[in-house]
Order: sequence, then C-alpha cells, then structure tokens
Amino acid sequence: MSNETQHSVDTHEEHGANIHTSGGHDHGHDHHHEEHEQHFFLKYVFSMDHKIISRQFLITGMFWAIAGGLMSVFFRLQLGFPEDTFQVLSTFLGDWAKGGKMDPEIYYGLVTIHGTVLVFFVLTGGLSGTFSNFLIPLQIGARDMASPFMNMLSYWFFAVASVIMFASLFVHTGPASGGWTTYPPLSAMKEASMGSGVGMDLWLTSMALFIVSSLLGGLNYIVTVLNMRTKGMSMKRLPLTIWAFLFTAVLGVLSFPVLLSAAVLLIFDRHMGTSFYLSEIFIAGQAMPNVGGSAILYQHLFWFLGHPEVYIIMLPAMGIASEVLATHARKPIFGYFAMVISILGITVLAFLVWAHHMFVTGMSPFLGGIFVLLTLLIAIPSAVKVFNWLTTIWKGNIKFTNPMLFALGFVSLFISGGLTGIFLGNSALDIHLHDTYFVVAHFHIVMGISAFFGMFAGVYHWFPKMYGRMMNKTLGYIHFFVTFIGAYVIFWPMHYEGVAGMPRRYYDFSSWQSFSQFGDLNKMISIAAIIVFFAQLLFVFNYFVSIWRGKKLTEKTSNPWGSTTLEWTTPVKPGHGNWEGDIPEVHRWAYDFRENPYDGSDFIMQDVPIDPTKEDEEH
Amino acid sequence: MSTAAVADSKSKWMGGESPFHLSYGKIMMWFFLMSDAFTFGAFLISYGTIRFASPIWPDPNMVFKAFPFAGHANLPLMFVSLMTFILILSSVTMVLAVHAGHCRDKKGVVKWMLWTILGGIAFLSCQAWEWWHLNHEGAWWGAFRDGMDLTPVKGFFAGTVSATDLVVHGADSAHKFFNFFFTITGFHGFHVFSGVVFNIMILVFTMNGVFDRKGHYEWVEKCGLYWHFVDLVWVFVFTCFYLL
Repeated sequence: MSNETQHSVDTHEEHGANIHTSGGHDHGHDHHHEEHEQHFFLKYVFSMDHKIISRQFLITGMFWAIAGGLMSVFFRLQLGFPEDTFQVLSTFLGDWAKGGKMDPEIYYGLVTIHGTVLVFFVLTGGLSGTFSNFLIPLQIGARDMASPFMNMLSYWFFAVASVIMFASLFVHTGPASGGWTTYPPLSAMKEASMGSGVGMDLWLTSMALFIVSSLLGGLNYIVTVLNMRTKGMSMKRLPLTIWAFLFTAVLGVLSFPVLLSAAVLLIFDRHMGTSFYLSEIFIAGQAMPNVGGSAILYQHLFWFLGHPEVYIIMLPAMGIASEVLATHARKPIFGYFAMVISILGITVLAFLVWAHHMFVTGMSPFLGGIFVLLTLLIAIPSAVKVFNWLTTIWKGNIKFTNPMLFALGFVSLFISGGLTGIFLGNSALDIHLHDTYFVVAHFHIVMGISAFFGMFAGVYHWFPKMYGRMMNKTLGYIHFFVTFIGAYVIFWPMHYEGVAGMPRRYYDFSSWQSFSQFGDLNKMISIAAIIVFFAQLLFVFNYFVSIWRGKKLTEKTSNPWGSTTLEWTTPVKPGHGNWEGDIPEVHRWAYDFRENPYDGSDFIMQDVPIDPTKEDEEH
Repeated sequence: MSTAAVADSKSKWMGGESPFHLSYGKIMMWFFLMSDAFTFGAFLISYGTIRFASPIWPDPNMVFKAFPFAGHANLPLMFVSLMTFILILSSVTMVLAVHAGHCRDKKGVVKWMLWTILGGIAFLSCQAWEWWHLNHEGAWWGAFRDGMDLTPVKGFFAGTVSATDLVVHGADSAHKFFNFFFTITGFHGFHVFSGVVFNIMILVFTMNGVFDRKGHYEWVEKCGLYWHFVDLVWVFVFTCFYLL
C-alpha cells in the first residue's frame, strides 16, 4: 500500500535505489523529532531540505534582481538624460561618477554585469533553482531530491559565485565591461580596457563556479524526476511544470560544459600567453604578438551555451504558466501531449540554432540559410504552446488572481517578443537589425520580462505553500499593472529605434543627428524604467512582509487555489520529508478540472482514487 | 512472452520505482559523463577548427619520437603507445574490480583496484615525463609566440613542408599545436588524476569494509564508469594529437 521511501536525511545516498522499499510508516514521525534537534545552521543555512534550498535560491535571486535592476536605472539615467548630472549616481558609484555624471567605463561595466546577473543569477539560478527545487519533490511525490547533499552544494556554489561577482563591482579597475557575452579580444587582453583586468578574472571565476552549481543542480533534477516519482505518478501524469524542469535541466547539463571549455581557453589566453581566440590585434597602435587564433571560435562556443540558455530561462516559465493558467481558469490544460512534445522539440532545436547570433561574422550564407531554417522551426513548438495556452483559458471560469494575471501577462509578452524573433532569425533582415535596439527590445520582452512574469506567477501561486501564508492581493495587482504596462512602454519604442538603426551599447547618442531625434523617446523610456523598478520594490516588500504578516492558511484553506497537484496534499507548512504519513499515491493526471463526483467541487486532486461507480476509469 | 514484456515495461514508468532499475547515483554518473563529453567535445572541435585553418601543422611523428633513457634514438609514437597500452590495461583491471564487486569478493576488489590505481599513476608519470621532455625542447603554453627564430620549431615538422611555409607559418603552427596539446592533455590528465583519487578512496573504503556493511559494491561500479569514460576520451585525444 505505502510506497514510503526511506528517509532522505538518514540514508540520502541510497534511497534512490530503495525507492520501492515499503513499510517506513514511522519514518516521517522519526524525522520530525530529528528536525527539532537540528541546529539553526543545519536547518536554515547549510540546509539539505529542498524547500529551504529553493527559498535560498529565490532570495539570492531577488537580491540580484534588485542589484541588476538598479544598475539598469543608473544606465538609463545616462541614456535618457545624457546632459544632466545626478547626485544619486555619485552617491552609489563614487569616483566612477564624479559630479553625478557616470564614466563611460562604468557604464559598460554596469551594462555587462546587469546582463550577466539577470541572465544567469536571476533567471537561471533564481528561476530554475527556486522552482525546480521547490516543486520537483513536492509535485512528483518524493521526500526530497535524490541527493540532498549535492543540492546543498549546488546552492553554496551559487552563493560563492554571487559573492565573487558582487566583489568584482568594487575592484579598483571596475567589473568586467565587455558585455555579458565577454567576446575576445576585449575579454582576453588585459590591456584592452579597464574592465578587462581583474574584473574579467573575477567574472570568469564566478561563472565557473556558477557552472558547477548548475551542473550539480541539473543532475539532481533529472535523476529525481526519473527515479523518484511516487507510485502511480507515470510520466504522462506529471504536471507540465515537471516536464519543463526536466528538459531545462537536460539543456543545462549538456550546454554549460561547453561554456566551461570556452572559459578555460579564455583563461589560458589571458594568463598563459596562448592564442586560441587571438590574432593580429593592435592596442593603442601597438601590435600584439598573438597570431592564428579565432575570435569567432569563442562566439561559437559561447552561443552553443548561450542559445540553449535562453530556453533554460524560458522553459520553467512556460511550465509555471501552463500550471497557473489551467488552475486559475478551472480548466484542464489543452493539448497536454502537444505541450510535452513541444518542450521536447524546443529542447532539441535549442542546440541547433546557435549561429543565428553570428549571421554577420562572415559565415557562409549557405550555412546561414541552414541556421535560418532551424531557427524559424522553433516558431512551431512555440506557437503550439501559445495556441494551447489560449485554448486552455478559452471559455474557462477565469479567476483574475495575482498569479493568473502574471501568467496571462507572460503569454502576452511571449507572443510580442516571440514575433520579433522571427524577424531576427532571418539572416537577410539581421544584417540591418543586428546589434541595434531592436535586438534589445526583442530579448528583453521575450526572455527577460516574460520569464520574469512566469517567475512572478510562480511566486504568487506557490507562496502559500512556501510560507503557509498569502501575499497581499492589492499590492499584487498594483505590481502587475505597473509592471505590465511599464514593460511595454519601455521596450515597445525600442523596436522603432532599432529599425532606425540605433545601435546598442552606446554610451551617448546625442552627437549623432540620426539618433538624437530619439532623445525624448529615450527620456520616456528611462522614466518608465525607474517607475517599473520601484514597482518591483513593492513586490519585495509584499514578499517579506507576507512571510510574517500574510493571511495565514488553515487546514481548511490549505489548497487556496483549488489545485490538483500533490504539493497541496502536504500539511500547511510541511517539514523536511514533506508528508507526515505515507506519500500519497497518484491515480489520475494533473489537470482533472471538472465536476468532482465525490464532493461537488470543480477539481479532483491527483491522489483521489477512481471509484468506477462514480466516474469512468479512463483518466 | 512479448506482451508480458510490454506490460512490464509500462509498469516500470508508473512511478514508485526506478524505471531503469538503476540507483540514482548511476544515472547521475551517466548524465555527468554526457556533460563531460560535451566539455571534451568542445575542446576537440576547437582544436579541429584552428588546425584546419592552419596551412601547415607539426607532424606527430617528429614531435613525439623520444623515449626515456633512449637518448636521441628516433622512436616515433613508441612512448605514447606504451602510455595508451597502460591506460587500456588499467581499464581491464577496473573491469575485474567491478566484477569482483558484483561477487562481493572483497579481496578481489582490493587486488584489482590496486592494479588500476598503479596503472593510473603509471600513466600520469608517463605524461609528466612527456611534458617535461617537450618543455625541455622549448614547448609550453604560449611558446613560440613571438618566435622569429625557426631553429627550435623546425624539428617538429615533416621534411615535406616547404621552406617558405616553414618560415611564414612554422612558429605560429607550433604555437597553436602546443597550446592545444597542453590544454587538452592537461585537462584529460586532470581527469585521470581525480580518477586515481576516487579509486584510492574506494580502495580505503573497501579495505575498511564499508561496502560489506552496505551490502553492495556499487561505488566501485560508479568509479568504473568514470574510469572507462576517461579512457575513452584518451582514445579521442590520442587520435587527434598523435595519429591524425
């Protein structure tokens, strides 16, 4: 009857193998006893409980989101008001902004670190780290990850990477400043710019540790999903969140190692006099001795990770949105199998399109054509998913809750940003559009903001499970509307600027006649960016206050959204081990939203057995 | 019979058990090795890219012709063949250690693990000698970068390379060849080294009876997977640098 796993805390390296050992009825009980005796450090700092680790990832991610967001406020001040000075800049940036006007060097540094931390630390570590950790064991019915110890290491590697990246902001020569892609030769030659010095070394060290963290986490997620599902939780009964996390982890495990190779070669170029990426470079009129390397090689290696990376960011958001849309529209997800196949299709295609970031590097137009074809193919699974989301809410009994609004916003932004991807994926158009604000607009909408909306949907939806309390609804609504409208106000005009040829990464456009016409538009964008930034502080405030002050869930309201999935069968505040008694068995798929023949509600949870006298057996 | 098999395979994915009847640790090891294969793959593809863009390339028969204590005898690829043979032998002894583990034969595991560790150390020593020898000839990361003087690199090229090519590209090609050689064999050597460390840990655990108490020798198997992978990688590294 029971399929109790042996408890992870006592035999964590074995229980994957012993998942079918039965009869551990009192393990849960033992375990609670054990937890009371745990030292604060083991419980909250070096915790091996996936729920604590997920919150560690989330809060670290929030720290980085604020830091990275603040950086964008600073450089938007420069871009929107190139002639003015701001006291706040000299307060925060000190000598980098003497008299309230930022140096070009720190402008590039801020742009670089903004990109790096938001892509890797917030939308990879903070998104996948939080929700894969939190939801995989809870939704598949496991007591913890396959290896809680590796899971803890995964977080602490991330934390150390974070500290090093943060420290790089304070070194004398400034942080890495060659853009988040850190292309050589700028990143390879210490003499090339201020940020190419120690800042770049710290960047590489931090990223290497981040890769280790991502590997440890990813291996754990994959194995946990494959090996540790509870009885009855077949693959086709998995919630779509889990499918998304599984393929996200596969993407990470197979693409990050290539970035590691790229980083190793870059480190040798920086410190050992090699010429992997370097050939015939002049710095300040001085010829460098390196001959024969290829800067394009680095770009290939980087984008072999870099492209899958955007799906590492998107897939978890897609999974979360699927779950939230179905739950809050009170309808089964439309096209479950099409959704799974689409995730698989995106995963495979993600590895085959990297060179579309490099159309203008002088690659053969024929090769470019192949990459155009493969890139445009991604539109198919993406469109299938969008169609299924829209069909899921079609004629649904939509509850406009906080998470639902963010999930709807996610779909909207994914469509808007996805369509411009079709423009950019075309190598002929890309000759004109590459490296302009069109690209900035495209990727910020499709993988920046829309992934953030997926993440917000997830936080609002699962906050009650994380802390046993609700977040404040009104603040949530304000947060949503300001962010949603603000996101479009910020990024929509950038498309026009990009089509007009306005290049990214420039420090000041006022001296170009062709771009100074956008001066007022840039002002408006900057003002909107500042407002949106402060709206995010509202979210952070809501989050932390609700941890202690939010409306408490009771046993009766322990499933506040009427979800079908297993995490809501745990106690309001589950301990380490998640279920006090046996792990529930699963009898049906994850989206059984219909009239419940047992209690008259509009959903049936996954652990409700099928009574053939009351319903068909085919569910 | 066949229907029974189908039904069986269906139920394996129904949850409550491992679908492959494998422990999580072994699946994790397989995925890790896949990940590591991508790291090495990226290195070797980078090597290929740079090499095929290069008009001339050092000839392995000329670069790797020394043998310890053999003076200046011309023995192309003899030493690396020995190294490779040692590493493959250590894979054989690893298979025997894993087999002994399956039979819960503690003595057997200890014996074959010891041989495997010895093989690994022998390989690493050979590599150290080869590196030392090449370094003695002036090769290192970044060597020959600023070289206008062709004397040190001339000996690395086959006699068929034209004098003009040698003058124009000789130093650069040698520079690139050794950059990749030391990086990739170094990265592989680092894997062998960590493999030896794991194997020593396994050996100590075995001798202390840890696996007898656990009731199985699965850790030996996991280390075995890693060890064979590292050997397999060597086959590719060997092919790229010494044969092609």
